[in-house]
Amino acid sequence: MKNTRISNFGFQILAVVLALVVTSLILIAAGANPLDAYKNIYAGSFGSFEKLSDVLVAWIPLLITVAGLLVTFSAGLWNIGVEGQIIMGGIATTWIVRLLQDTTTPPALTIALAILAGMIGGALWAALAGALKTFGGVNEIFGGLGLNFVATAATIWLIFGPWKRPGVASIAGTEAFNESVWLPTMGDTRLSLWALGLAIVSIMIVYFLLQGTYIGLRLKAVGKNPKAAYLLGVPTWQYSMMAFMLCGAFAGLAGAMQVMAVYHRLIGSISSGYGFLGLLVAMLVNYQVIWSVPVALFFAALNIGGIQLPIILKLDSSITGILQGTLVLFVLMMEGVRQRFMKRAGEKQ
Amino acid sequence: MKVELRGIHKYFGKNHANDDINLTIPSGTIQGILGENGAGKSTLMKILSGYFHADQGEILLDGKPVKIASPAAALQAGVGMLHQDPLDFPPMRIIDNFLLRTSGDFFPNRKHAAQDINLLMKEFGFSLDPESYVDSLTVGERQQLEIMRLLFLGARVFILDEPTTGISAAQKAKLFETLKKFPEQAITAIFVSHKLEDVEKLCDRVAVLRQGKLVGQMEREQGKPFDNKKLVKMMFGKEAPLAPRQAYSQEGSVLRLNDVSVEDARLKIRNVNFEARAGEVIGLAGMEGSGQGVFLRACAGLIRTVGGTVQVKEKDLTGKSYHVYKNNGVEFLPAARLEEGLVPGLSLTEHFQLAEKAEGLFIKQDVGVKLAQERIAAFNIKGTPVSAVESLSGGNQQRALLSLLRTPLSLVLIEHPTRGLDIESVIYIWSKLKERCKQGSAILFMSSDLDEILQYSDRILVFFNGKVSQPLDAEKTSVAKLGEMIGGRGWQEEPTA
Repeated sequence: MKNTRISNFGFQILAVVLALVVTSLILIAAGANPLDAYKNIYAGSFGSFEKLSDVLVAWIPLLITVAGLLVTFSAGLWNIGVEGQIIMGGIATTWIVRLLQDTTTPPALTIALAILAGMIGGALWAALAGALKTFGGVNEIFGGLGLNFVATAATIWLIFGPWKRPGVASIAGTEAFNESVWLPTMGDTRLSLWALGLAIVSIMIVYFLLQGTYIGLRLKAVGKNPKAAYLLGVPTWQYSMMAFMLCGAFAGLAGAMQVMAVYHRLIGSISSGYGFLGLLVAMLVNYQVIWSVPVALFFAALNIGGIQLPIILKLDSSITGILQGTLVLFVLMMEGVRQRFMKRAGEKQ
Repeated sequence: MKVELRGIHKYFGKNHANDDINLTIPSGTIQGILGENGAGKSTLMKILSGYFHADQGEILLDGKPVKIASPAAALQAGVGMLHQDPLDFPPMRIIDNFLLRTSGDFFPNRKHAAQDINLLMKEFGFSLDPESYVDSLTVGERQQLEIMRLLFLGARVFILDEPTTGISAAQKAKLFETLKKFPEQAITAIFVSHKLEDVEKLCDRVAVLRQGKLVGQMEREQGKPFDNKKLVKMMFGKEAPLAPRQAYSQEGSVLRLNDVSVEDARLKIRNVNFEARAGEVIGLAGMEGSGQGVFLRACAGLIRTVGGTVQVKEKDLTGKSYHVYKNNGVEFLPAARLEEGLVPGLSLTEHFQLAEKAEGLFIKQDVGVKLAQERIAAFNIKGTPVSAVESLSGGNQQRALLSLLRTPLSLVLIEHPTRGLDIESVIYIWSKLKERCKQGSAILFMSSDLDEILQYSDRILVFFNGKVSQPLDAEKTSVAKLGEMIGGRGWQEEPTA
């Protein structure tokens, strides 16, 4: 038991090293010094308090999204549609704010209702993917992918159509909300402690849901063997639907945070790819909720740290995406290698 | 082509699937291979057709020893296998299915292939359109396609694995007509089946396998049918001396079927009337796929009935889902333990937590572990509360499955309760099941082991091709009688195929 844990860890370290090697080779091919690049990424993420607060700003939606994805992953579902669910959360939130901000509704209530609407919007969008799978036989990967496109198109249409800024409509988004309904941020930073708190609460809820409740156990059973779960008395399709809607609610919350705390308007790319990045993190932590906290932080740091690469090293910031992607690929690959290795060792005994 | 199998041995772990098989099949004959499920027929045929490698022994074709390393090599040597489920590509056209398996030029010659297909069809009297799609064909027509393809690729030995399952009577006649043309061209056909009547109609010679061994051969005497009784005896062996039977049959109906009809893609079961009493054990006998599996699942609400009513303890549950049946004290245990019964990756404790009624939202770990410890002791499972179910042996998985049953129960439905288990586990599992009977549960189980059915049932239903017999009193019947009936013989009225 102890041995497997050590070998497990060894294989994961090896995966990280391999990912760094591949990324370094690409950097060298691009004519940059890898060490310089890594140094800059570090300086750009943890180098100062402002940088660190930016990392946390990126960490919030990522962590909330991962929390939701851990639910669908546990239920054996590939919720690729999470990206669209974040967008729908953002749209629903914007809608409520636009509806209420100029009325006599107290701002706090407006904020609360808007966030709630975001969660409902995300959950309903996820329910659509779930219904397509459960009742229409459409694999959730394809259904989700299609719905992502629809959600993106809906944002563009709203920004350039019904919700366009007076004067010139622009992809930069709708008109900013009244400052009274912004989630308060810390000092000069964009970091909202409210959002940070909600992110931490989200991951804690999922942790307890999956570790200690019957709902979590049944979700896992459905994910690992739906036929047996059904014979053991778990209403399988209802649980699949529930997993989708829970994930959608978290994704919607992430979208709501982007709208309420970061941009204060609906922008064209409100999800900023956090859905897909969340999928990477969820795959990487392999159902272990606790690990998603540091891994999501690391990924957020890479995202923020990469921003200054173009200015300093004339490198495109997408280089951090390469590092994130190769990291996931190598970790998954090493997991396969490890299993083969263990099997062979088992046969030898 | 003459086929000789010499001293073939094949092991799967401890299971001796083929035990020193020696069989010579003269060129141009139709050889029947008979045997129960699990007798080793398929293994032997898969060795001949290159899917498995024999652990020992050799194969000679026309007197020359050959090494058959793969299905492709088998076909090159002239051995082709017609599988139970046709190995074709349904979304493609017939002609493309042909071209796909022919090695050759980069650009396929469609015109040429079409000519070849038409020639072969003329020879055997088939009529298929080469441009039609395979998924528009019936199972029988797909067989015809497969036969033509194998002939086209030069097969001189044909292995047919249960070819009469799922095809119409007319197509069966056509198939037999085709096969009877084989000897003229010195093609050898090996016909694997459990249907006595098919073997009788078609084959020149029969070999019978039982428990991995070749237990007998018979040649057709001119114009005379095979001796059926002798064949049945060879297939199922002698009657084993039975331990004293325990019956716990009590008053009160547990399951009542009124005019129930069930269907699946292959079978139609019509108008079954049956009643099971509390404490009774009902054995369902029949060759795999004769309808007993469908019947059992219909009694659990896992397959919806198409007619009639199902009552559990006088309560009408017709058309309800399995979970409603479960709430009324019915439980179903599948044969595929790890595929359908248990959740690989979850521990024994987690299984008990899933199976028992949940109290509140949060799991009480200590209660679960305690329950697991109790059940592990009561069912003699070799494992711990944290053992993942896939790490248990087959016998222990089956015990775990049984230990998940809730109490009290009205009706337990079991597919193959002891398949693949050692004798010690078999006895243990049945003692546990009989305890349930004492408490008033009725048990319906299916099994391909006729001895098991005779030994543990109070009454027996025999299935053949979707037809269900009247309940037989287990004490007044024998393995031989059951063997004949599951092969389609000795029914009051001849069952229609």
